[in-house]
Amino acid sequence: MKEQLKQETSALNGDEAVAFATKQCDVDVVAAYPITPQTIIVEKFSEYVANGEVKTEYVCTESEHSAMTACLSASLTGARTFTASASAGLALMHEMLFVTSGSRAPVVMAVANRALSSPLNIHGDQSDSMAERDSGWIQIYVENAQEAYDSIIQAFRIAEDVGVSLPIIVGLDGFTISHTLEKVDTLPDDAVKQFVGERQFPMVLTHEGKTVPFKLDPQNPMTMGPFALQNYYFEFKRQQVEGMKNALKKIQEVNFEYSKISGRSYGNGLIDTYQLEDAEIAVVVVGSTAGTLKVIVDQLRSEGVKAGVLRLRTFRPLPVEELQNALRNVKAIAVMDKSISPGGLGGAVFSEIRNALYNEEVRPNIVSFIFGLGGRDTSPRDLRKIFDTLTRIAKTGHIEKEIHYFGLRE
Amino acid sequence: MSSKEKTWKEVSIAGICSKSSVGFMTGDWKTYMPIRDLEKCTTCLTCVMFCPEGAIKWRPEMGKIEFDFGFCKGCGICANECPTKAITMKLPEEEE
Repeated sequence: MKEQLKQETSALNGDEAVAFATKQCDVDVVAAYPITPQTIIVEKFSEYVANGEVKTEYVCTESEHSAMTACLSASLTGARTFTASASAGLALMHEMLFVTSGSRAPVVMAVANRALSSPLNIHGDQSDSMAERDSGWIQIYVENAQEAYDSIIQAFRIAEDVGVSLPIIVGLDGFTISHTLEKVDTLPDDAVKQFVGERQFPMVLTHEGKTVPFKLDPQNPMTMGPFALQNYYFEFKRQQVEGMKNALKKIQEVNFEYSKISGRSYGNGLIDTYQLEDAEIAVVVVGSTAGTLKVIVDQLRSEGVKAGVLRLRTFRPLPVEELQNALRNVKAIAVMDKSISPGGLGGAVFSEIRNALYNEEVRPNIVSFIFGLGGRDTSPRDLRKIFDTLTRIAKTGHIEKEIHYFGLRE
Repeated sequence: MSSKEKTWKEVSIAGICSKSSVGFMTGDWKTYMPIRDLEKCTTCLTCVMFCPEGAIKWRPEMGKIEFDFGFCKGCGICANECPTKAITMKLPEEEE
């Protein structure tokens, strides 16, 4: 067993924590375009480059579409690659996100989650990355700056695993995490370098009949990003599903292994539960709101209410079995979504959670709470009301209202 | 799907090609064909340099230019660039 390492305590905001973790991960190429609230990440990283603290090739691109294209290309040559974006920037990358995952390029991207226009809004909600649900990227959402630091380090290990070989988004709530100064413990440089290790490559069969590492190499030419029509496209998509399945296992392994050197773990890496074991009512949430909810659960528990929280840390791949095991005995569940699907049936996470539980013999009652859009504040006092609603549902077994717009003036 | 085609477990990831494109004709769907007038052609090789597909080959040993219609997509760049207008784009039925 590895020994827990001595760590340095700093005051960092989420963006700085991400930049610092990237610096320690021995990244070869960073191509990015700044956008609020991600800006600090790339500003801080470009400082490291300017000061000669890293050997990274830093590419200033003219747009996010170009940034993702540069990252994809660099990654296919075998370079460890990182970028960061948010909101409109992520939306502009949309096309290249699919090309990157389809090309199995393990690019790591931090997304400082922000609302999408219109109306123009720079504040935090998760509409941007939720809209990229089907882009084939692994999606991990963090609760605080410490987890942002830890998750970036873990992300390289997960994405670059030969069985996974998929790009990964680490989502941190805009401003709430990205710009808020917190106490962050950081590992020594060499420990991170050792943990992340050298990039690994899956083996592929080329047209010359050679089985070689999957990277652009003049000695072993291969055709990348080719044409695949009715006869083969489907097969390659199915392979991506398998990469996601492998990621479920890898995320848990990396979470466990990381806890050995850092002393920190986030649930099993997929879901992070709090007081859920005997809970009769529970809230499912993604991101920083989980921290506030845990405080409320403590209050409720002291009053004898059996309340719990499940933070969905890994949204893609969706940990279906883990969700079923954790939630099947709960009587009433509220799923909180910090994004909206106009015309849809509740939020994106709500749909996934209810879907995962649909075939259970005894199904919990589930309601959707859309909240925090455009950075709207959600106070602990307000959040308590969600548990009150759940208590009523658990007692009566009756859902009065399926979809709630929480914190909206009505 | 024919049984000769590989399953998702058998193909290399990300669509890496296990066969060379030399045997895969990409020029069989063109509309227009470049037709060269040998009287006008000065063998200046402008068309060889401009062809984006590498489908026009210069054979120095024979002193000849050859069009590879298996790969020519009929884009017409050669006809456009030819300084002596020796190449014209024609529908296959016009050729006769």
